[in-house]
Formats: sequence, structure tokens, C-alpha cells
Amino acid sequence: MTDAEHILVALVEDKPGVLTRVAGLFRRRAFNIHSLAVGGSEQAGLSRMTVVVNGNSAVVEQVRKQLEKLVNVVRVSDITEEARVSRELALIKVKATASTRSEIIQIVDIFRASIIDVSPNSLTIEVTGDSDKISSLLGLLSGFGIKEITRTGRVCLTRGMIRS
Amino acid sequence: MKKTGAQVLCESLIREGVEVIFGIPGGVLLPLYDTLPQYPQLRHILCRHEQGAAYAADGYARASHKAGVCLATSGPGATNLVTGIANAYMDSSPVIAITGQVARSVVGKDAFQEIDITGITLPITKHNYLVTDTRELAMTIRKAFYIAQTGRPGPVLIDIPRDVLQEEVEFVYPEKITLPGYKIISRGHTVQIKRAAKLINEAERPVIIAGRGVAISQAYNELRELAEKAQIPVVSTLLGIGSFPENHILSLGMLGMHGTIYANMAVQNADLLIAAGMRFDDRATANVSEFAPLARIIHIDIDPAEIGKNVPVDMPIVGDVGNVLKTMNKEIKQRDHLDWLSQLDRWRDEHPTPDNNQNDKVLPQYIIRQIYEATQGEAIIVTGIGQNQMWAAQQFVYTKPNSFISAGGLGPMGFELPAAMGAKVSCPGEIVWSIAGDGGFQMTIQELATIAQEKIAIKIAIMDNGYLGMIRQWQEMFYQGRYVAARLWNPDFVKVAEAYDIPGIRVEHKEEVIPAIQKAMDYTGPFLIDFAIEPEENVYPMVKPGESLSKFLEGPRPKIARSC
Repeated sequence: MTDAEHILVALVEDKPGVLTRVAGLFRRRAFNIHSLAVGGSEQAGLSRMTVVVNGNSAVVEQVRKQLEKLVNVVRVSDITEEARVSRELALIKVKATASTRSEIIQIVDIFRASIIDVSPNSLTIEVTGDSDKISSLLGLLSGFGIKEITRTGRVCLTRGMIRS
Repeated sequence: MKKTGAQVLCESLIREGVEVIFGIPGGVLLPLYDTLPQYPQLRHILCRHEQGAAYAADGYARASHKAGVCLATSGPGATNLVTGIANAYMDSSPVIAITGQVARSVVGKDAFQEIDITGITLPITKHNYLVTDTRELAMTIRKAFYIAQTGRPGPVLIDIPRDVLQEEVEFVYPEKITLPGYKIISRGHTVQIKRAAKLINEAERPVIIAGRGVAISQAYNELRELAEKAQIPVVSTLLGIGSFPENHILSLGMLGMHGTIYANMAVQNADLLIAAGMRFDDRATANVSEFAPLARIIHIDIDPAEIGKNVPVDMPIVGDVGNVLKTMNKEIKQRDHLDWLSQLDRWRDEHPTPDNNQNDKVLPQYIIRQIYEATQGEAIIVTGIGQNQMWAAQQFVYTKPNSFISAGGLGPMGFELPAAMGAKVSCPGEIVWSIAGDGGFQMTIQELATIAQEKIAIKIAIMDNGYLGMIRQWQEMFYQGRYVAARLWNPDFVKVAEAYDIPGIRVEHKEEVIPAIQKAMDYTGPFLIDFAIEPEENVYPMVKPGESLSKFLEGPRPKIARSC
């Protein structure tokens, strides 16, 4: 069985140590967590976690079941095969001079990103989207000289049901 | 009424039915120890090493189906528990480990005897807690006992800072607990059960594999009903020993690396396996890719994560073994399986137990058999790890639930003495034999002091071959006889026992075996026998590591024909 990207979404209790417990199970299976994002959910006291990992389906399913066993984990779903929406956010600080600034702004507009900080020799850009979109923007900006990047993990939700 | 954290702890333990605590005090636990005399219904047994306390709590739990409690101080006390907790985790034993922690104000500051024990035990506990709010102490204890004893049992650790033990709070023991993420599926899916029953009714060569889940669920009667109704032979895993009476005509004994040849042949030739409360451990399956090649598999387990973990299964049923079998038995048709059972009988005749009685040497197999004869099977046998464990598993005839206590998953040498101590404390009316190797015995030998101080009347049999026996056996078989670090110099164990005020005797000749066992049984207190066994005796039969269950080595000794 070949390795493939899997997206696990877990609803967990908002308590100290929960992240360590979850991460520990991936570590035990020698999974490299590609990205992980945690934040509040629609229910008080519960957080939603999105974990992106590479692995073969059987092993990921085993980890999913082990995660379900954690007392602080309420529910875990592998939504890899489901219709879903995914977003990441990146902040990119790029070198900008008087001569390059307008060109950068044009690119930012095309990507529907926004500029959130300006200094005499840099621009900081905020972009949200899927990984591909962020990577293409980075590709275009790399020519100007990227000073710093920070990216969040991917957050995902399955799509709402469409009634016919 | 206001109570200190220490009082809350004691009151809560009593409400959970705790009668015994195996522990060792330490600085941060002094507020608790100062409180203990107020609760004489809590018997504290002072151990000599925290690892011993953890094994004792484990042995207590396995013999009685009640949670076992061990108590250790912060830092080294807590880290000394770790092997015992890991062992309880691997074998699904409901152990409650309570550790003291440094005061909340200095947690995280590398204070004297501070260690992050909840961090350390994260992967080896079913769950663990650090109590930071004294008002949550009672609730935490309630949850811990519930989690430890329900579903697939396992150890739960509660880490309690010193000042929590001292702080006064209003004490109310909670009636209800909420654990939103804790799910137990105990009933079993009815449709799956019906489908499984159909497979059983249609099978021609079925075999039941009984694991420790049968004992945990106390499903002996249900298992027996299934086996007898459909005439299905039963093999057991190491930890499943005692789940089905071994003197029953349908019992084939243990499967696996050192299982009986006919049990392994039954599994390898079966067309249907009914795996009840077991987890397809590699010592049971041998080479997993060649395991039971002809069989469809029904797997009943309360832990969904065990389904399909090691072996792909055709019919998974998540649920409590007893519940599932109760429902399933209603759907089971009476069968006789005459061809299959007579085939198994032929294998039994072709591969009988070697004749160890005719040999003049002091053979460990003979010793275990004589302990069986002397007790008529009415005993709890607690083993160490390695050769002694396998001989004890093979040669005693286990007919009662929980009569065999052994550390199967982790395999920690030195388990036998403290665990036997715990078993005897929980079942004082039972005869308890601790079967040790001379290597493992030295690993927890200090508990002889606990046994002497608390007058715990266990019988200790050391299978003393002057080697780390299983290491030597493997070096003989797989490393061309190059013995490295296998030879043991030993102290005079009888003198050691005497120093602990425990009488003992050394046996060097075969004719002394039976009188020595009798002497131990007649003595009212703890008693030790150091059996100087045949030094290079091996455990047979054996499936070499990596081989399939079908490829076994039989012992070199002549066989006895099976008497009908």
C-alpha cells in the first residue's frame, strides 16, 4: 500500500495535554505531521483539530482508531475522501523598493491577497487559500526576495449537504 | 464538611471499594501518610521498591477483578513505577497508580524530586491526571476508577501535588461523571453476531482462540456453552490460560511459540477461527503472514483498535466477549464435528507431551507437574518471564479462571514475586505459588522483606539453572551455542530467604522434589524452594522466531503414548 496524504479532523476536549496526547500517537507510528491546526469549535469546551499526514490507509486508519481511544478525544474522522473545503493562511514579508512595489501590488491583487504592512523596503502580504494557491504566489514573489514566511496549518471542513 | 485533600483521597478510595494500597512514602506524600491512620479500613502494605508495589497492585487486580492501587512519591518513586504501569497497560490490567507531586507553586521549576510523570506515562496509561484544583480531586478519582475498570481495562495514573493533599475543600463524592470522549461498545452489533453465527454453523473445522478478554469479561460459561454446543475445540493464548478448563475434552491448551503442537496444527488447518478477547500477539501467531492460512476469522474484542491491527479479519464484532457470546449462542446450532475432532485426536497422539517423569534429573517440567499434583490444581500460579513462565504455562493443568497470572505483553522479569504477593493479599484463601527463574528472582528480591513483614504466605519456587535460561536457549539454538552474559553466579537463595526470616530448602535430587513441595504446603507462612534444575533444559515445543506456526521443533525426549 502506498503512502498518500490524509486529512484527519478531530473534535477534542479543550484541556491541557490534549495536543501532546494526540501528537504522541503520530510520533509512535513515526508519522511526520505535515500540518496541524487547532482552535475552538462550535461547542464550548471542545476544540477542532485538523491534522495532515502522509501514510498508507491501513496505518492511518489504525492511528485514527487509537486517537478515538484517547479519553479526551470525542470524535475523529478521516475526511480525505470527502467533499471538503480547505484553507491555509500565510504571511509573507517580501523585499520591496520604489521600483518593484507596484508590480508586487499587482500580483497581490490577482491572488486576492492583501497587504497588511508596508515599510520603506518591504511589504507584508496576507494570503488565504489552498496550498497550491499559496505556493504559486510564493513562486511569483520569490524573484523579489522573500525575507520571512509564516504559514498556518490547513483547516478543513466537509462541505454542507446539498438537498435535491 | 471540609476535608483536606489527603482525607478526600482516602474517603474516595474507600467509596471505590479499595481495601489495600501497595506503597512507599516520600517527602511530598507525608500529609497523606499522616492521614492514613484515620482510615484503618485502608490497609497499607509497605513495599521495598515502587516497581514491586506496581506489580503487586497488578497481581491483586488480576486475581480479584478489582482495581489494584499502588502509591509512590514524586520523582524517583514515580519513575520506579513506570515498568509496572507499562506492564499493566500491555496486559489490560486495572491498576490505579497514585503519585505525589511537588507543590503547585514549584511545578515546572525542577524542584527536588520533581518529575513530569504524567508526561512520562502518557503512552503507557489508559489515561492520566495531574490534579491542579483540590475541588476536582474526588471527581478525578471517580473518573480514574471508572476508566481503569471499564471497557478494555488499563492503568490510570493520578498525580497529586503536596499542597493539594493539604488544602481543605468541601467533600462531596460525585454520583455522576461526564466523559464525552470515552466510549464503550459492549453490546456487539446484532447483525454481525448473526452473520458470525452463520459462519460458525457452516464451519467444518472451527477453532476458538480464547484470550485474556474472556477472563476480563468473566465469560467462562458463555465460552464453554459455545464450545460444547457446537463441539468446537478451544486453544488459549498465554493470558487466556484459565479461561477454559484445560482438563476439558475440547481443550487443546496454549497456542503459539511454545504452544502445544496440536493447538498450533488446529489453528493452521482450521477453516474458521473464533478469536475471543485476544489481540493476535506475535508470540501467539508466529509468522503472521502464514497464520491460519485456510481460516476465515471472527474477531470479538471490546477495543475497536484491535480489529484488523495485526491480522485481517472477515467478521469483526466490537463488544464485550460475554455479551457477544450470550447473544451468539442463541443462534448456534448443535454440531458434532466428528471428523475434525478425530483428526485433532490423531495429532494429539502423534505429538504427545514428552515423558518427563521417567528422567532421573531434576526437570522443571516435573517440578511444575508435582506442584499441580500437590495442589490438585487448586492454586494461583504466578510466573516470571522466560523458561520458568513457559514451563509453568505448559505443565500445570489450569481448570479455574484467574488461576494463571503472568506478564504476557511486556515480559518484565521479576514480576512473579510482587504479583504473587498482590494475588495472595486479594485472595487470602487461595494457595499462591510464585514460579521464578534465578535471574528474575534477583530483580524484585527485596519484596521478601514485604512478604516477611506482612506475613504474606506465598510459596516460592525458583527454577534455578544458573543461567538466564531463555537467553541461553536462544544462544544455543540461534547463536551456535555462544553463551554471552547468560551464566549467573547466584547467592545461596535459602540463606537469603533465611535472612529475611523466610524458611527455605534447596532441592538437588529428583526424590526431594515431592517432599519439598509438601513441606512448603504444610508450612503456614511464606516458604521458598530453590530447585537446582537441569541447567541446560530447553522449552519445547518451539516455533522459531519468524517461522510459521506449522513449523515446530519437538523436544528430543521420548514421548509417552496418550492414555485414553
